[in-house]
Amino acid sequence: MDVSSAKMIGAGLAAIALAGAGVGIGLIFSSLINALARNPAANVTGPAYIGFALAEATGLFGLGIAFYILLIA
Amino acid sequence: MAAEAGPLAQFAIKPLIPIHIGSINASYTNSAAFMTLAVVLVSALILFSTRSASLVPSRWQSVSELAYEFIANMVRDNAGQEGMQYFPFVFTLFTFVLMGNLLGLIPYAFTFTSHIIVTFALAAVIFIGVTLIGIVRHGIGFLKLFAPHGVPIWLLPLLVPIELLSYCIRPFTLSFRLFINMMVGHMLLAIVAGFAVTFGIFAIFPVAVDAALILLELLVACLQAFVFTILTCIYLHDALHLH
Repeated sequence: MDVSSAKMIGAGLAAIALAGAGVGIGLIFSSLINALARNPAANVTGPAYIGFALAEATGLFGLGIAFYILLIA
Repeated sequence: MAAEAGPLAQFAIKPLIPIHIGSINASYTNSAAFMTLAVVLVSALILFSTRSASLVPSRWQSVSELAYEFIANMVRDNAGQEGMQYFPFVFTLFTFVLMGNLLGLIPYAFTFTSHIIVTFALAAVIFIGVTLIGIVRHGIGFLKLFAPHGVPIWLLPLLVPIELLSYCIRPFTLSFRLFINMMVGHMLLAIVAGFAVTFGIFAIFPVAVDAALILLELLVACLQAFVFTILTCIYLHDALHLH
């Protein structure tokens, strides 16, 4: 197997990490919707977006490795 | 990474005014031009809107006051009143990163925060600065940050290396988070736009997806600037108050 095919396979495998990002973001917004449904006056929307950014970042760390495998190494 | 055609071409750094000092390439690049533009725009906004500082603010003065209050509340809530002496730095950091992210959304513009060297320079300065603040303030007692209060003694050999590692990883995660969000966002826009070329008659669908994605990128631009700044305030709180 030549290097460029191995790079493609490696990048594809590393991109599976984004599933965790999807689950994490879904959990955060599900609890946000639950909290707002119980108490519409609660100002938890700010921490919810901070949590979204941090969960998304963790998923994108995996995507960063995918791009590193595909493009740099 | 060579500037190939396709989604990576937008990240190419082009020297606008070539300056070579010996063997050092100190050219004024498109990245530097957009950094200058970000600084000029933010300075112009603040300076010109607060020129006639009236007690009941005009519309533009309200914008500056809202930005000031937003960051001042963030610093005070997350780093305490002692953190307010670092407010000018945090305000500069937030407006620089926010303007950098937002300028990248203009078509054919360059996002200077989409390069790891730029975000790593910012995060390294923050990390070294915050660590020095902690050491100057607490001396050798700064190491109490890695042994939280009320931990049983037998747990310390396991906990201290983990705390140390999670502390030393901060500049890398802080910089990488901003860099990868910006780079992936712009790369995704370029890839979807490439589909519009190959779809022919159905090109409206990738263009519509791209329009929705630019809205998402607008949210991500503002949110990532906010998260970068609030994490800086939290790290400052850790250094000032050691818990």
